[in-house]
Amino acid sequence: MMESAFITVLIAMLGGAIRVSTPFMFVALGECLTEKSGRINLGLEGNLVLGAMVAYAISFHTGNPWIGVLAAGGSGLILGALHGYICKLPKVNDIAVGIAIMSFGTGVAFFFGKPYIQPSAPRLDAIHLGDWTGNPALAQALQVNPLFFVGIILAVAMSWAFANTRWGLIVRMTGDSAASAKAMGVSVDWVRFLATAAGGFLAGVGGAFLSLYYPGSWNQGLSSGQGLMAVALVIFARWDPIRCIWAALLFGAAGAIGPSLQSVGISQGYYFFNAAPYILTLFIMIASARSKGAAREVPGELSITK
Amino acid sequence: MSRLNLSRRSLLKAGAAGLAAAALPMGLARAQSPIVLGAVYVGPRDDFGWNQAHATAMEILKTVPGVTVIEEENVPETDAVSQSMESMINLDGANLILATSFGYYSPFVVELAKKYPDVQFRHAAPLWKEGDPANAGSYFCYLNQGHYVDGVAAGLSSPTGKLGFVAAKPIPSVLSNINSFLLGAKKTNPAATVQVIFTGEWSMPVREAEATNALIDAGCDVITCHVDGPKVVVETAEGRGVKTCGHNASQAPLAPNGFITGAEYKWSTIYAMYADLLAKGEPLPNFVAGGYHNDMLQNSPYGAGATPEAIAAADAAIADLKASKPIYVGPLKDNAGNVVIEGEMDNYDPVLDGMNYLLEGVVGSIT
Repeated sequence: MMESAFITVLIAMLGGAIRVSTPFMFVALGECLTEKSGRINLGLEGNLVLGAMVAYAISFHTGNPWIGVLAAGGSGLILGALHGYICKLPKVNDIAVGIAIMSFGTGVAFFFGKPYIQPSAPRLDAIHLGDWTGNPALAQALQVNPLFFVGIILAVAMSWAFANTRWGLIVRMTGDSAASAKAMGVSVDWVRFLATAAGGFLAGVGGAFLSLYYPGSWNQGLSSGQGLMAVALVIFARWDPIRCIWAALLFGAAGAIGPSLQSVGISQGYYFFNAAPYILTLFIMIASARSKGAAREVPGELSITK
Repeated sequence: MSRLNLSRRSLLKAGAAGLAAAALPMGLARAQSPIVLGAVYVGPRDDFGWNQAHATAMEILKTVPGVTVIEEENVPETDAVSQSMESMINLDGANLILATSFGYYSPFVVELAKKYPDVQFRHAAPLWKEGDPANAGSYFCYLNQGHYVDGVAAGLSSPTGKLGFVAAKPIPSVLSNINSFLLGAKKTNPAATVQVIFTGEWSMPVREAEATNALIDAGCDVITCHVDGPKVVVETAEGRGVKTCGHNASQAPLAPNGFITGAEYKWSTIYAMYADLLAKGEPLPNFVAGGYHNDMLQNSPYGAGATPEAIAAADAAIADLKASKPIYVGPLKDNAGNVVIEGEMDNYDPVLDGMNYLLEGVVGSIT
């Protein structure tokens, strides 16, 4: 009994990691790109919520959820570009602008999202990877949305590009030392603008996952702060795209602990277990931030470190 | 204020029409002048749930001549609600406030009622008690009767007898819904159990979806819930081919294959009564509550998930409730083995408002 309960929780954590992690993944990758270029965009929660709303609305009107995903990315791109443009102006604090963009994005999403709370839009399909196991819980856990794989491929590509391509090096250089970038003849503002806009695009796609796949409906409480958590995950992942994936998976798996423990009868203390993702993140952050290496991995131009 | 000593139970028994006659002597200060009604919601008005149930019923008040309705949605249960209500009073001239979320009452409604004695406050939870400001009050429908009917139907619609319940917070009205759902199910399937997962928040879509999946993975084949917007729970369960019962408003369109029935408020009965009293310039009662016997509840139309036997049994259960047949008939034990209800409890017994246990047959814990 105890053993099967343990396995149930493990399967639920696996399922949770796969189901819940994707939006964190996209927002974290977007933020990672932006921060690598030396700028912080705290507004990605706004991109996430706006992306969720736009994806749902466009999917509803066109009948094609993938067009919704693209539109969500587009809306995120616009918000990101807005952030990037404003921060180019002299004496602008990117953190303050980020908070403004967050309120702006969620506000716009709530305003235009009103008529879409009720209707049902076409959702994204899953790839059934676990049907051969014959275990319904496992089969369910292994239903994977294509965006999950897109996120992983993207992380690998970003990680490779940061190390091996001219573009990647330019982004890192503007992030670490604006003066060197200028000496090289690189337009720091322009690089940061593009990195913020591209990061915004990714966060918008993350929002599409929320409204079109899991939990798969649009309403105003949909994100409940996931965009903010994902920004924190970037620090937790120390600006490494691959580690962003692990962080998102871990966060998703930890989120499944609360409900699944109750489902196997361990129901005492569910408030504590529901807080597991946050507690876990906090502890790993404390542990990892203490190392000397951590300080070296921070992009030197970030306004929090300068 | 001796007339305040009307027992709440006699008020309840009297029903909505009788209530109007037995209304307490505190009136609106300017009863005959135009009524500006401020309604505050904790979420969006179209959430397929609690707020939608209120907002739909609020439409009735808008039709009353001389009544202006102003509404604000997405007001958190914090100091923000005080500010919303105060601005309705000071800027819009509201003289009746309907605060529709549980956490608005104390301290926010209570404090403002003391500060603005000329303004009437009514709050949608059974929290007003004698000694609270006389210009405040409560109105409430005992939704657990609807969940009882859900349970009766679920007991006959579930092959395994394992039912799942996604609950927000372990407050008495939620616990009563869970327990009534169980008792209903046990009536038609004595071996039925209800497994409950608390999410800890009124609205947390991702966790609600996770909880629904966890219950289904644990073998539950009928899922119901008590969260603000049941849309996510119902759609997730439908997507996995599991039957559902609804909550607050009708979710039947969301689950064309698996919907059984759902517990729904009929706030319109109370609001129509308020509107009627306001139109006549008569005072509003401090405490209104009810259920099936006075037409303050309904069950959603049966969906494809309900078997014919389930429909017959649920109809019979509704008839019983309309005849005030009790749901809680002792001896009943909680799921730790203590006897919590000895004899028969009236469906509106105030003792039930303080429910702090899960009955035997519920798998779960409130802490």
